[in-house]
Amino acid sequence: MSLDKVFDIAGSGMSAQSLRLNTVASNIANAETVSSSIDQTYRARNPVFATIFSAEQGAGASLFSDQQQVGEGVQVLGVVESDAELEPRYEPDHPMANEDGYVFYPNVNVVEEMANMMSASRSYQTNVEVMNTAKTMLQRVLTLGQ
Amino acid sequence: MSISFDNALGVHEQALKFRSQRAEVLANNLANAETPNYKARDLEFSAVLAAQQPGGSQSVSLAQTNSGHIAADSLIDQVAGLRFRTPLQPSLDGNTVDAEAEKAAYAQNAIDFQASFTFLNSKFKGLMTALRGD
Repeated sequence: MSLDKVFDIAGSGMSAQSLRLNTVASNIANAETVSSSIDQTYRARNPVFATIFSAEQGAGASLFSDQQQVGEGVQVLGVVESDAELEPRYEPDHPMANEDGYVFYPNVNVVEEMANMMSASRSYQTNVEVMNTAKTMLQRVLTLGQ
Repeated sequence: MSISFDNALGVHEQALKFRSQRAEVLANNLANAETPNYKARDLEFSAVLAAQQPGGSQSVSLAQTNSGHIAADSLIDQVAGLRFRTPLQPSLDGNTVDAEAEKAAYAQNAIDFQASFTFLNSKFKGLMTALRGD
């Protein structure tokens, strides 16, 4: 039964989405983390998703399509930092201000991050539902002939 | 008289396999709903059914014009393979997954799985009745 694979696929989706939630939490927590130099300022982080394809190509496990792969879920290739402009503000009284009186604020867009968070939690929810349905289907199969 | 499982169970065993395969494909679509450049795919029931019929497979094969040629048929099973979904609207990142449509298809597939299972189960129940004879 290839229903077992659904658990792996949905599980990979859940872990990818929870990593995305982690980066959102980190971005929002650091939205006001100022610094006195451009190099040391926090930059918004985002995960990069990619499809996992099975390593054993056409191993014959699939009944209908040996050649064309189904794919086996999603993986996080890495976390990239945003290149968007940092926000310099003239605050000479700030303890972190540099000699010109500027402090640098991160390029985190809080509204964007909130939307990102909702999208991630919805996707997580979808993967949980997929797993739940697959579980019901498998439990049904176990009662075959009873 | 002989009892053969293939004769007794009919198409339902294959149908159940198809449903679990399709569940895998749709789950993969949903897991990759936010992967850039991922193209949504699906298995089509009628195409798979046609390929399972005797002589129904229309897969592409190489023509043999010389006796020395090696037969190389059905390298790519075009009939029974996965199909790319036609996107309803374009997206900036090249992803063609419509999460709502995929969810609907997944739910429908789960119901169809239950239907196939119920048929298969009743076949087994019939066999049990025949074996017991009471």
